[in-house]
Amino acid sequence: MKQDLFDSLSILKQCRKYRLYPWQCPQFLFLILGVIVIISSLAIYFIGIRYSNDPQIVALIVLVVTVFLIIIDFFITKSFENLAQVARMKSEFVSIVSHQLRAPLANLKWTIDLLLSGKLEQVSEKQMAYLLILKENSQRMEKLVSDLLIVSRIDSNEFPPKLQRGSLTELAKATIARMAPLAQASNIEVRLSVIENLPDAVFDSAQISQVIDNLLDNALHYAKNKGRVEVIITQKGDNLCLGVKDDGIGISQSEQPYIFQKFFRGEHALKAQAQGSGLGLYIAKSIIDKSGGRIGFRSKEGEGTTFWFTIPIK
Amino acid sequence: MKKILFIEDEPALQKTLGGALTAENFQVVSATDGEIGLRLAKSEKPDLILLDLILPRLQGLEVLKRLKEDDNCRQIPVIILTNLDDAKNIEEALEMGATTYLAKTSYNLGEVVEKIKKALI
Repeated sequence: MKQDLFDSLSILKQCRKYRLYPWQCPQFLFLILGVIVIISSLAIYFIGIRYSNDPQIVALIVLVVTVFLIIIDFFITKSFENLAQVARMKSEFVSIVSHQLRAPLANLKWTIDLLLSGKLEQVSEKQMAYLLILKENSQRMEKLVSDLLIVSRIDSNEFPPKLQRGSLTELAKATIARMAPLAQASNIEVRLSVIENLPDAVFDSAQISQVIDNLLDNALHYAKNKGRVEVIITQKGDNLCLGVKDDGIGISQSEQPYIFQKFFRGEHALKAQAQGSGLGLYIAKSIIDKSGGRIGFRSKEGEGTTFWFTIPIK
Repeated sequence: MKKILFIEDEPALQKTLGGALTAENFQVVSATDGEIGLRLAKSEKPDLILLDLILPRLQGLEVLKRLKEDDNCRQIPVIILTNLDDAKNIEEALEMGATTYLAKTSYNLGEVVEKIKKALI
C-alpha cells in the first residue's frame, strides 16, 4: 500500500509505465505546470500589491487565479494521461495479437513444408500448385505479423540498436543473395556497386539488414519486368551511404511527403496490387534515425526511384 | 538411433516437426509441459532436447535452468525453439547454456531439421 503510494508519486516510475521519456509523460507535465502555477500566483501577488492597497482583494484574486490554473492543469494532465494510456494499450494489443498469431502461423508454415517435401507421400503437380499458394499466403501473413511486432516495439521504445563495427558491403551481399529467388521470379537483375577500400561502419547488423531488405523488396516489386535494380555503396564524409535504385514507376510528387508514414501505401501500390503493409519504409526510417544516420529518396514518375540511407563510420 | 526430447505444448507442431524428425530416423519423445519435459529428460537421457519457452506448469527458461543444474543432464545440448524473438530472451537462454536459439517463424522446417542434425554431430 505504502509502496503503491510512493510508486504513484515517482515520476520516473510512472513514465516507465507508459514507456515514455520523462519529458513526454503526463506526470512530468503536471510537475512543470505546477511550477508554472506557483510562479504565476507569485507574479499576480506582486503585481496586485503594487496596484492595490487592499491585501484582502489581492489575496482573493491570487486565490481565484491559482484555483483556476490548478483546475486547467489537472484537466490538461488528465487528457494527456488518457492519451498515453490509450497509446500504451494499443501498442500492447498489437504486441499480444501478433505474438498469438505467430504460433498458428509457424504451425501452418511447417505443415505446408512437410507436405511439400513429399516425405509423407508423393505430391501431384496439381496439389503442389495449391500448396504453393498456401505457402505464399502464409509467408505474407508472417511478414505482416513480424512488421506489426517491430512497429509495436519501435513505438514503445523497445527496439534499441546494438551497435557493432562491421562491413556494410558484406551485409548487402548477404541480403541480395537472400532476395535472389524473388529477383529471379520477377525477372529482375540486381547489381551491387561498391567503391574500393570502403571502411567498416558502426551499425546493428540485424536491424540494418532489415532496412536493406525492405528497400530491396520495394525496388523489386516496383521495378519494370526485365528491369534492373542497383545497390550502390559509397562513402560520404564520415558516413557510408547505401542506395537502392530501381527503374520502376516512381513516386508521384503529391505522395512524396507521406512516403515514410506508418501504413501509407501509394496509388501505384494499390493499383498494381503490390503486396505490402505500408510499414516497411516507416520501420526503415525508425531504424536509421535511431542508428544515427539519415534516410531519403529521389524519384521521378515513370523513370524510377532511389532510396538511400547513411550510417556513421565511427 | 539418436533420441530427441521435444518439449512443446502445441500438438500441431509436435506432429509436424515430430513427423519430420521421425522421417529422418530420429526417435522422438514428446512432452507437452515443462514438468513432464524435465522428468523425461532425467529418465530418457535424450541426445538432444528441443525446448519451447512458453510452456504450461513450468516455463522453458526454468526447465533450462534446472537441466543445467542437474549433473546428469547438464551436457545434453538444448535447442530453444520458440515464437519469442526478443533480444532479452535470446541473451538469457544462451547465457544459461542453450546451444542454439531458433525463432520458429524465421526458419522453415528443412532448416530446423538441418540445425538439429548439426547439433547432434
